[in-house]
Amino acid sequence: MSKTWEKAKKAMKDPDVAKSFGSDISKFLILLLRIAIIVGVAYVIISPVIGIIVNSISSNRDAYNPMVFILPQNPTTERYSLAMERMNYWPTLGKDMAYTLSLTLLQLFVCSMVGYGFARFEFPLKKLLFGLVVVMIVIPSHTIMLPIYMTFKSFDPFGLVSSTTGTPGVMGTVIPMYIMTFFGCGLRSGLFIYIFNQFFRGLPKEIEEAALVDGCGTWYTYFNIMLRNAMPAVITVTVFSIVWQFNDIFYANLFLISDDIVISKKIATLQLTIANQDNILDKAIQELYLDAGIMLVLLPIIIIYVALQKYFIEGVERSGIVG
Amino acid sequence: MAATKAQNVSDLQKNTVQTAAPKKKKKKLTLLQKRSIYGYLFISLWLIGFIIFYVRSLWLTGEFSLSTLTVDPNKAGYTLEFVGMQNYSEAFLVHGTFKQTLTSSLLDMLIDVPLITFFSLFMAMLLNKKFPGRGIVRAIFFLPVILNSGAITEAITLSQQMMAGGLNTQIAETSSAASNIAFDIDYLVDMFMNLGIPASMLDYISSAVGRINDIIAASGVQIIIFIAALQSIPSSMYEVARIEGATGYETFWKVTFPMVMPHIITNVVYTIVDRFANSEIVDLAYTTAFKQFNYGLSSVFSLVSTVATCIILVVIVGLIQKKTFYYN
Repeated sequence: MSKTWEKAKKAMKDPDVAKSFGSDISKFLILLLRIAIIVGVAYVIISPVIGIIVNSISSNRDAYNPMVFILPQNPTTERYSLAMERMNYWPTLGKDMAYTLSLTLLQLFVCSMVGYGFARFEFPLKKLLFGLVVVMIVIPSHTIMLPIYMTFKSFDPFGLVSSTTGTPGVMGTVIPMYIMTFFGCGLRSGLFIYIFNQFFRGLPKEIEEAALVDGCGTWYTYFNIMLRNAMPAVITVTVFSIVWQFNDIFYANLFLISDDIVISKKIATLQLTIANQDNILDKAIQELYLDAGIMLVLLPIIIIYVALQKYFIEGVERSGIVG
Repeated sequence: MAATKAQNVSDLQKNTVQTAAPKKKKKKLTLLQKRSIYGYLFISLWLIGFIIFYVRSLWLTGEFSLSTLTVDPNKAGYTLEFVGMQNYSEAFLVHGTFKQTLTSSLLDMLIDVPLITFFSLFMAMLLNKKFPGRGIVRAIFFLPVILNSGAITEAITLSQQMMAGGLNTQIAETSSAASNIAFDIDYLVDMFMNLGIPASMLDYISSAVGRINDIIAASGVQIIIFIAALQSIPSSMYEVARIEGATGYETFWKVTFPMVMPHIITNVVYTIVDRFANSEIVDLAYTTAFKQFNYGLSSVFSLVSTVATCIILVVIVGLIQKKTFYYN
C-alpha cells in the first residue's frame, strides 16, 4: 500500500511514471470488476443451496421470525431425522446407489466399446452410422417415449417374463433401464459414445500397433490398453452418468420404477407424506422438511462430485468433448 | 443385425478355412476385412439398440399419430385403429393450448440460445484466466448441472407456488436475484430509453436480467466446453497479436472469437436440445399421454415439436456454419 502511495507521489512530478501508474490503476479496476462478476454469479448459483441448508436446520420459531436471516437462532436437526425416517433413507439410498452405479458401469462399458469401434476401425457405412449417433443425441427421449413404454409394457421375449412372473411386461421393475443401457440407448448414451469416440481418436495409434506387434488380440488391446489410457474420458463419463442417472426421474416415471429404488422420486411425495403421517398442516413447516429431504438427496451426489471434480474438469478439457 | 452378419462372416471364414485346408489353398480374409468385422462387432450392441429403440420407435410414433390407440387393461399390448389425419386436425384446430405452447416453447428456445451462448463464452473467458481459488470457482460453476435435476427443481417450484410469505419469501429473494434488486430498475430503463435504445431491445435485455438465474443454471456444460476450447488456442497467436499492437478488444474479435467459432456450433446444438427437452411442449405431450391417456394426440405433439425443433436446429447451424472459420 505504501509503495503505491510513493508511486502516486512520484507520478505527480514525472509524466512517465504517471502513465504506468494510470495503467496500474486500470488493471486494478479490471481485476476488481472481474472479481465482482465472478463472486456475483457464484452467489446466484449457490444462494438457493444456502437457502435450503438454512431452512433445513431452522426450528419452528425461526421459520416465523422475520429477524432470522442466514443464521437460525435455534438450529435443530429434527427436520433431518424425520425426513430420513419418512424417506426410509439409508435402505433406499443403498438400493439407489447400487442401481445407479451398476447402470454407470454398464454404460461405461458399452459406450466406450462403441466409441472405440467408431474411432479405430474402418468399415462400410461408418460415416452414416456415426451420423446416427449424432441423431440420437439430438432426438429427445420424449419423442420415443410412447413406443418404448408400449414395448416394455408387453415385453415378453420367448415367454421368459410371463413364465417367471405370470404376466408379460416388465413395468415397475428396473429391467427396462438395464436393457436400454445395455444396448447403448440409455440415459444420454449418445453423448457418451461421442465423448469416447473423440477421445480415442486423439490417442496415438502407435500404442495399438505396439500391442499388435506384441501379440495382443483386438479385444485385449481395447480392454486392457486403450481403456486404461482413456482415464480422463472414463472419469468424465462416470461423473456425468452418475449425476444424471441419480437425478433422473423421467425414465423412472416412464417405467414406473418404485420409489424404493429411485430416491429422487421420494422428494416429489415427501411433503405430502409428512403432512399426512405427522399431521403437520402448516405449509411453511412442511417446506422445512422438504428442504431437509432435498439436502439428503443432494448430499451423496455432491460428495461424489467434490471427490472427483478435479479429475473431472481436467477430464472434460482433455477428453475432447470439444473435438 | 450387424452382429449376426459379422457372425455369419466369421462362420464363413471358419468353413472356408476348414474346407480349404485339405486342398492346401488357404483363403484368409485380409487384415482390412478382419478389422471391419471387428468394427461391426464393437458397435453391434449399439446398432441393435438403435434399430429397436430409435428407428422402430420413430416409426411407431408416426403410426400412433395416425390412429387411435386403446390399451386393454386385461391383456398386454394395445390395439390401433387407423383414423388418418384426425389427431393432427384435433391438435391444430381443436386443442386449446397446443399451438400457444408450441410457439411459446420455440420462441423461448430462440431467445435463450444466444443469451446462453454468449453468457457462457463470457464466463469461460473470465474463468480461463489464472487466479487464486480458480478450482473452487469452477466447481461452483458446474454445480447447476447437479442441482438442475427434475425432482429437485420440481419440488422447489412446487413449494414456492404453494407458499406465500413466511420463510419462503426469504428463499425466493435469495434464489431469484431479479426480485431482489435493491435499486429502482425503472430508473435504468428510463435512462436507456432516453439514450435512444429501442424498446423491444430493452425488453429483451430486462427479461434476460430477470431470468439470469435460469440462464446461469442452463449454461454449466456450455461454460466447460468453452473453457476447453479457449485452452486449445495456441498462445503464440496471442503473442503475435500483442507484438503487432492489438488491443484487448481487437484480440478478442480477431483471435479468440474466430478460434472458438466451431465450438459455438457445438454449444448451440447442445443448448437447443437441452432447452427443448425441458420445454413446456414436452410436458404437454407427457401429460396428454400418461395423465389423459390420449396416446394418438401425444404422438402428434411429440412429432410436430421434434420436427419444428430439428428445422430450427438445421437452419441455425447452417447459418452459423457459413460464417464459421475453421483453423485446420
